[in-house]
Amino acid sequence: MISGEKIVQLVSGLLQQVYALLGLSAYAGILDRVVCAVVMFGFVAVFVMFLVWMERKVSAHMQSRIGPNRVGPLGLLQTLADAIKLTTKEDVHPVKRDKIPYFIAPILAFVATFMGMVVVPFDNKMVVADLNIGILYIIAITSFTVIAILSAGWSSNNKYSLLGGFRSAAQIVSYEVPLVLSLVPVIMITGKLNFSGIVQYQQQAGYWFVFPQFVAFVTFIASATAEANRAPFDIPEAESELTGGFHTEYSGVKFAMFFLGEYVAVVVSSAVAATVFLGGWLPPFPFLGFIPGFLWFMLKVLLVIYLIMAFRWTFPRLRVDQLMDFGWKVLIPITVLNILVTGFVVLLAGKGA
Amino acid sequence: MLEQYGYVLVFLLAGIFFILMAFLTGWLLSPNGLLGVKYKYKKEVMVDTYECGVETYGTSWIRFNVSFYLYALLFVIFDIETVFLYPWAVSFKQLGMPGFLEMIVFIAILLVGLAYAWKKEALKWE
Repeated sequence: MISGEKIVQLVSGLLQQVYALLGLSAYAGILDRVVCAVVMFGFVAVFVMFLVWMERKVSAHMQSRIGPNRVGPLGLLQTLADAIKLTTKEDVHPVKRDKIPYFIAPILAFVATFMGMVVVPFDNKMVVADLNIGILYIIAITSFTVIAILSAGWSSNNKYSLLGGFRSAAQIVSYEVPLVLSLVPVIMITGKLNFSGIVQYQQQAGYWFVFPQFVAFVTFIASATAEANRAPFDIPEAESELTGGFHTEYSGVKFAMFFLGEYVAVVVSSAVAATVFLGGWLPPFPFLGFIPGFLWFMLKVLLVIYLIMAFRWTFPRLRVDQLMDFGWKVLIPITVLNILVTGFVVLLAGKGA
Repeated sequence: MLEQYGYVLVFLLAGIFFILMAFLTGWLLSPNGLLGVKYKYKKEVMVDTYECGVETYGTSWIRFNVSFYLYALLFVIFDIETVFLYPWAVSFKQLGMPGFLEMIVFIAILLVGLAYAWKKEALKWE
């Protein structure tokens, strides 16, 4: 039977032999990490290309269109064509920009979310680094996107960029709180902050947290959608009001990096949702265990991403005051209440809710 | 445990490296880049700040709406609350009922603060 653990063993054994062949065994520790980073970057790049294609197909399906079907089979290479187009575009900088933040912003927008991929567990033991504070780490790292968006908006010296950047920062920090609070009940039940531990708890308990913690799941998905600046919470990029939002003045590769960062953020949030609430690599029924765990994990991630994509064509865009109200006056009270109810139930029942 | 954070550091450096490589590729292939197509254009207009086609009026670096500041303040308060909530949630079962009651008091104080901000219309967007 194929499992993520066996693949990891196989690959690391192979790598050891390659190092020995090249006479680099002394640097095995560093080389392992570099290989991990390169593989993860390749995975992220290909997966994001697939996601952009998928988003177009989902949008087309929901609007009774065909969607991209010219470049490659089923239009699968459409995103690659777009990437080539963006790379060969001229990089136009406004003269009045603030040079250093303008340059750093797209780098930070991507790197902050890319670093979140370190703790995403694809299968049992198939994870880059299973940090014991995984949840805290992923929340802390992905919040750096606020700085990227703010510096992009400010440094462009453009009114649309500035407004988009400020709105986006206000939105992200507002939805950060319910996002973080909606994960607290799960931590209270499991007593663990690392992702593998949470999945193992679900394996032993025999249920996924989406059932006892459905409220937390819904609030998490809602705030994750808002965190990634996606519709219906895409006020910062409301093209009818703010042309392009914080990346109005970016073009070519730099614009592509913001785009890439946004999609990686969606992947990371969906991976967290799939791990914490949908049981990660666990199969839904024990007799389906012959399918490898990482396929289950990817299936769950794609399910959550599909949900987020479907939101875009299901709900109308919120007005900016409605958006802030929804975060502060609806989501935060609900999540706090959920923590208190979970606490009572866990203490009274004496074991898991 | 600490060597696992080596992965984090390598991912940080690798991420920056990949982005810089992408910038380099873009610079090489773009028009008027090293390998790209050369052409002439009116640079002054092209590199001006975009404002829907009209000439840019003034700077954008001005004073901004105070409600952004209020939201930022509230965010700091609630984010610190979460910093306290996480370690408490990890050891929730060991602490039992006394720890839970203490946390209720803590959350209640914060909720009173939120209710006050709500009443004072600090959460009202203008």
